[in-house]
Amino acid sequence: MADASGLKWDRCLADTAVKTVTGLGVGMAFSFLVFKRHTWPASLGAGLGFGMAYSNCQHDRRLPHLLHGHMVKDQQ
Amino acid sequence: MLRLSVRAADAAARRRLCQRGPRIILQHSRPYTEGNTGGSAAKIVAAGLVSFGGGIGGTVLYAKWDSKFRTTVEKNVPYSDLLFGLALGPATSLDSTPTKKQLELAQPPSLMLEEAKSSKNKAKKVPSVTAATTPASNIEEASAEASHIISAMGEVPSVPAPQDTEAPKEQCEECHQHSPPETALSSEEPSEPGDVLTAPEEPLKERPAEEVTARIAQQDQADQDTLTFVSDKLEDSLASSATATLQAIAAQEAALQAILQHTQKLKEAMETEVSAEQRSSHWKDLEDAVCARSRNVEEAGAALVQARASLDSLRAVVESAKDSRVAALRPMVLAAEENLHSMTVDLDRAVDKVQSVESEAKIVSQYSELVNEAKQQFQRELSSITPEIQANWKGLSGTLSVDDLNALIAHAHRRIDQLNREMAEQRVREQVHIEAALEQQKLEDQKALEKAVSLAVEHNLERARLEQERKQVELREVMEAEMRTQLRRQAAAHTDHLRDVLKVQEQELQAEAEEVLSSKMMEQETRYRQLTQEQLDNFTLDMNAAYARLKGMEEAIDSHVIAEEEARKAHQLWLSVEALGYTLRSSSLDSLTRPLEPAAQAIRESCQDEFAVALAAALPEESLQRGVYSEESLRARFNALRSLARRVALVDESHNSLYQYFLSYLQAALLFEERQEAPPAKISSQDLDPFKILSYASYSLEQGDLELAAKLVNQLRGEARRVVQDWLVEARLTLETKQVVSLLSAYANAVGLGTTQAP
Repeated sequence: MADASGLKWDRCLADTAVKTVTGLGVGMAFSFLVFKRHTWPASLGAGLGFGMAYSNCQHDRRLPHLLHGHMVKDQQ
Repeated sequence: MLRLSVRAADAAARRRLCQRGPRIILQHSRPYTEGNTGGSAAKIVAAGLVSFGGGIGGTVLYAKWDSKFRTTVEKNVPYSDLLFGLALGPATSLDSTPTKKQLELAQPPSLMLEEAKSSKNKAKKVPSVTAATTPASNIEEASAEASHIISAMGEVPSVPAPQDTEAPKEQCEECHQHSPPETALSSEEPSEPGDVLTAPEEPLKERPAEEVTARIAQQDQADQDTLTFVSDKLEDSLASSATATLQAIAAQEAALQAILQHTQKLKEAMETEVSAEQRSSHWKDLEDAVCARSRNVEEAGAALVQARASLDSLRAVVESAKDSRVAALRPMVLAAEENLHSMTVDLDRAVDKVQSVESEAKIVSQYSELVNEAKQQFQRELSSITPEIQANWKGLSGTLSVDDLNALIAHAHRRIDQLNREMAEQRVREQVHIEAALEQQKLEDQKALEKAVSLAVEHNLERARLEQERKQVELREVMEAEMRTQLRRQAAAHTDHLRDVLKVQEQELQAEAEEVLSSKMMEQETRYRQLTQEQLDNFTLDMNAAYARLKGMEEAIDSHVIAEEEARKAHQLWLSVEALGYTLRSSSLDSLTRPLEPAAQAIRESCQDEFAVALAAALPEESLQRGVYSEESLRARFNALRSLARRVALVDESHNSLYQYFLSYLQAALLFEERQEAPPAKISSQDLDPFKILSYASYSLEQGDLELAAKLVNQLRGEARRVVQDWLVEARLTLETKQVVSLLSAYANAVGLGTTQAP
């Protein structure tokens, strides 16, 4: 389970990074396009992404018995 | 008769003297010899020796003659029986008596009679002189003598037959074996030898039949012998007695004639008054007649005595024949008795005649004696008158003087006168005398009559007795015949009865015997069966024991084989278990775990045991397929897990936010607990926090106690539990497998130990 915990942590961090980066990028796009280069849309998007990742991670932690489906690669 | 008896008495006395003669001489000789000695001592000693030897010799000789004397001497004088035994041989009391008897028989019968008579006369002399005159007393005496003789004969056993010598010999041998008084007793018994033989042995036991028949035959033979012997003897004695009687009768007749002649002559001599020559011739004749008469009378007396003796002997023989109880002798004895009776009667008659004639002759002789007496008296008177002319006065007739003649004449006158007076007186007296004589004659006649009557009565009695005896014999024969038939009938009835009784007894005895036999058979059979059963049982037992032993041996061998097999199997099992253990402990190069399947397969193959199979089957499938982690790898993994578990120690099931994770990480980073700690003996759940548990478990693991570590780790809760869950599963698997392997190993050890035989 130790590995699973590590994997969870890995997945959490990866998810957090992706979500945060993705929120930051969307926020920045919106800033440039809509809000004339304001900074807040970028920070808001990064926050949104980070928050989403955090809740996912917590949810993952809270449901230890919830098996996460994942693609099983062909063992061939 | 008086003279006869006197003469007989004289003769008897003379004979007695003769008999006693030698003894008397012997008695006289002893004092003579003794009296002759007295000079010197040697003579005395010699005479004493001679007399002693003579006494002993005389005693021995007399003992040889008289066995009774011998027995008395033997009884009274000690060691005399030895002397007698040396001198005469063994005592033959029974042999000697028959010889004596035979000697007596061989003697003339008159001698015996005279002996008896003399003994009788010795006993009573006066009656023999006085009472022997009468024939009746003679007969009584004769019968008494006969009875004496018979009793004397009865003292000895009956005359032994010549063939019977064996029986007395036997008897004698028996008598020698017995004591002397007994022999005297047995010799006194007038019984037959057979009785003496059989009587003492009869109560002892019953004789066998052959012996009895032999004895009976012997007895018959003895009876026959005695019969012939006695009949011969009877005939002999009858003939001798008949001749003796005839002789006696003839002698009596002769004596009668002589007496008659003598009487005649005497009368003639007395009565005739003839010349001297004639007278002398007469007297010569008379003397001749007297001589002849006396001779004849003596002869007659001797013949009479002989005849009486022979008759007595005949009577004795008859009595003895009567005593010998042989039935066949009876008629013979009866005939002999009749003959004897007739002979006695004839003899008595002749004797009577002679006695009557003798009495007449006595009268005549008395008369002549009286005449002689008168003559002698006359002569005495004459001699008193004329003393000078005494003897031979007949021849002196011429020398007488006148005075003498005158005196003679005067005397003759006086004598005539006196004689006349005497005659007158005599005539008167004659009357009285005649009366007295008549009286005397009457008395004599009466006596003679009484005698004759008594004789006749006796003869009649004898005849009647004979008749009675004959009738008795006839009756006895008839009765005996009847008795015999009755006895035969009784014997037949007795035999029948005996047969019946015997049959019944036989049946009873047979039944009894059969019963006994059957019971015995049953008993024997039962015993035999029991024995057989016992033997069979024993045999079966032995067989069973042997079979059991064999079985046990076989089983032992089998079990040995099995045990060896088991041992081999156990060994194999142990080897495979060892292999499994080794597989469990070791790990392959490429992976941490090694599948236990081949080793388990080997175990399963090596043991068909249920237990082992079950144990082998109890091995977890995962361990078989994948293999289990070794303790070392588990320990290493636990050490890796420990930090993780510390980091999430604060996260439980309800507090599982990320913040809690962060806090827990912080706590783990800040806390520095002991790395290893020995768990206490008693642990309560309140004392436990994840750090302590982990340190305890780490200590246990370091000590090699995986089980305790697993138990402690199992107490973890929350996230930490989730972290160590995998490890726990692996540890459990490892523990499980190890347990199975250890069980298998214990089992294999146990089996190996169980199958290992003691050397």
